[in-house]
Amino acid sequence: MQELLSKFSDSTLSRKLLDKVQEAAEEFIRLNGRRPAFMEVCGSHTMALAQKGVKRALKDHVNLISGPGCPVCVTDQKSIDAMIKLAEGENRIICTFGDMIRVPGTEFSLMEAKLEGKDIRVVYSPPDAVKIAEENPDKEVIFLGIGFETTIPVLGVAIKEAMDRGVRNFSMWMTTKLVEPILRTLLETKELNIDGFILPGHVSIVLGKNDYQYLVDEYQVPGVISSFETVGMLGSIYKLIRQLLEGRVEIENNYSAVVTDEGNIETKKLINTFFKPVDEPWRGIGVIPDSGMDIREEYDRFNARKRFNITVGEPGKTKCRCGEIIRGLVTPEECPLFAKACTPSKPIGPCMVSSEGTCSAHYLYMREDS
Amino acid sequence: MKNQRISLAHGDGGELAHNLIQDVFVQAFGHNDQARFDSAIIDAPSARLAVTTDSFVVKPIFFPGGNIGKIAIAGTVNDLAVSGAVPMYLTAAFIIEEGFKINDLKEIVRTMASEAEKANVRVIAGDTKVVERGSIDGLYINTTGVGFVDPDRTVNPEHIETGDSIIISGTIGDHGVAILGARGELGIKSDVNSDCAALNGLIDSILKNVDGVRIMRDPTRGGLATTLVEIAEDFQVTMEIVEEQIPIQKQVQGACDILGYDPLYLANEGKVIIIVKKENEAKVLELLKQHELGRDARVIGHITGKGKGHLHLKTGLGSTRRLNRLSGMMLPRIC
Repeated sequence: MQELLSKFSDSTLSRKLLDKVQEAAEEFIRLNGRRPAFMEVCGSHTMALAQKGVKRALKDHVNLISGPGCPVCVTDQKSIDAMIKLAEGENRIICTFGDMIRVPGTEFSLMEAKLEGKDIRVVYSPPDAVKIAEENPDKEVIFLGIGFETTIPVLGVAIKEAMDRGVRNFSMWMTTKLVEPILRTLLETKELNIDGFILPGHVSIVLGKNDYQYLVDEYQVPGVISSFETVGMLGSIYKLIRQLLEGRVEIENNYSAVVTDEGNIETKKLINTFFKPVDEPWRGIGVIPDSGMDIREEYDRFNARKRFNITVGEPGKTKCRCGEIIRGLVTPEECPLFAKACTPSKPIGPCMVSSEGTCSAHYLYMREDS
Repeated sequence: MKNQRISLAHGDGGELAHNLIQDVFVQAFGHNDQARFDSAIIDAPSARLAVTTDSFVVKPIFFPGGNIGKIAIAGTVNDLAVSGAVPMYLTAAFIIEEGFKINDLKEIVRTMASEAEKANVRVIAGDTKVVERGSIDGLYINTTGVGFVDPDRTVNPEHIETGDSIIISGTIGDHGVAILGARGELGIKSDVNSDCAALNGLIDSILKNVDGVRIMRDPTRGGLATTLVEIAEDFQVTMEIVEEQIPIQKQVQGACDILGYDPLYLANEGKVIIIVKKENEAKVLELLKQHELGRDARVIGHITGKGKGHLHLKTGLGSTRRLNRLSGMMLPRIC
């Protein structure tokens, strides 16, 4: 595996491939009078494309639009406020992925709640929260369940572990998101002209290639499933341009080392055992029907929404443009707060906090040098 | 010693405290002469002395490739050495949580003694305090270091100029990944060892034999990128480093790829950045590579201009982007 990684990042190969991508893009520009526009759906792709210099190297050739695949960024403000509010109760331990802890709520962030003495812990895996619950039987342990199809199965594993070990003081506050409904929404609102999708690598391990066929059949938009290495990402962009030049519309799998046609059937079963589709609110977009997963009724005792009565008011308004950024409508530089009032050490919107956030990627890796 | 764990009585200045000091500290550090007095009296071998202090709170206390004691010696020795001073004496103060295992303390102190011996420094004064269970996390150590400044072997940051070479003494990010792995936060097994080591021997060989060393720094917290940004800003120079030239262990890169960390920002505890005039770059590399701790040394970039105080990275694709100091990332207690 290690040898494989180093071969993928080989820079001679990357540069040759970059030349080929630029050449193909120039042909597209000659024929169409504009750059091809591709959306990288996944936040980890946004980060990797910026970090490895792909975005900068291709800026005159390909319009790479960051998509809605950063879980914290797409979580609507009211849900964030509700999750933060959970921390106010007595005798609770709030467990969360690291990104969430610094996301500003309307009143305060979890980090601020922690400084006030609330017990808030960063865990890397939801089953760790079950362990914390086991060790603290007199406390209610609540895990903040955000994430896409990559995270949802692990949330299921946490429920299973809590059941197997008879842990009763563990629950999850779910605001998970699914890829297909958001891609359909983006395509149907027609706010964006996208020539193709760079499809997420990790999510596709679960979903499989066939799950994206609707892009071709219903929207006539091509997609390429991509790994996260420079060579892999450039190869995926090249494949997309070739499809456009050759008039093909297909889903291609450029991460076949781990992504199969059917995806991981066992994992899909696990998801459906514990969760059911539910309408979810998305930041800057609103409620999309069946765009998330919530805990099935038979496992209600693990559902923090049912166990704790949390009410929050309407979120405060800021000039933050995260809502438009996750739809690919504006770039971070078009937000009046970017790199001025809003920086990674003093974030105003979630896109600046998350390690997968578009604003964070632009701040860390793409600021123009003056 | 019958008590297997530290109790509050070990900190009350009485019999148990005396036994602890004799059995654990004096035995390991061999500073019986100095320990009889309230302060250690030392000879100053030069008119100019370098002094530094650092507190160590690393979690976990034991990690692959070292423990808190090893870092407490190496970290302070390295701070003296990169300033161009010859490290001589250290003091060590321990704040210990009630209930801490005495065998663990002994092992940590033994590690400190052996690292001090390797680094050719002496621990000549110390202090122990014991605090109630729950008020700290196991054990914290502070070390203060004194070194002498030899007027014949100095670093001259004011001479830094365009064209100067930037050299790193080995692979980056090892300590950061070792700590994440030891905390179980990688979610995967990691066999990466911390690079934690005293560098004064290595640095000594450079300063004795090479002119034109502008500045040296050990890229600890904040990693290679943050340390270079600080140098660039402090001395108002622009520098460019080349991604492909930066030595990174495959396991470290792999862990970073999976978890979304950037090795440029991960901590090191046994590496030194040396900026030297271009003509002497080969000499420095040769000397580094002869030393066990400098085998993977590389020239990673150059000073490209004056004035702006910016650091640039040339990526594998040939495009260049600016690197900023570590910003807003969450990292565990690493040193």
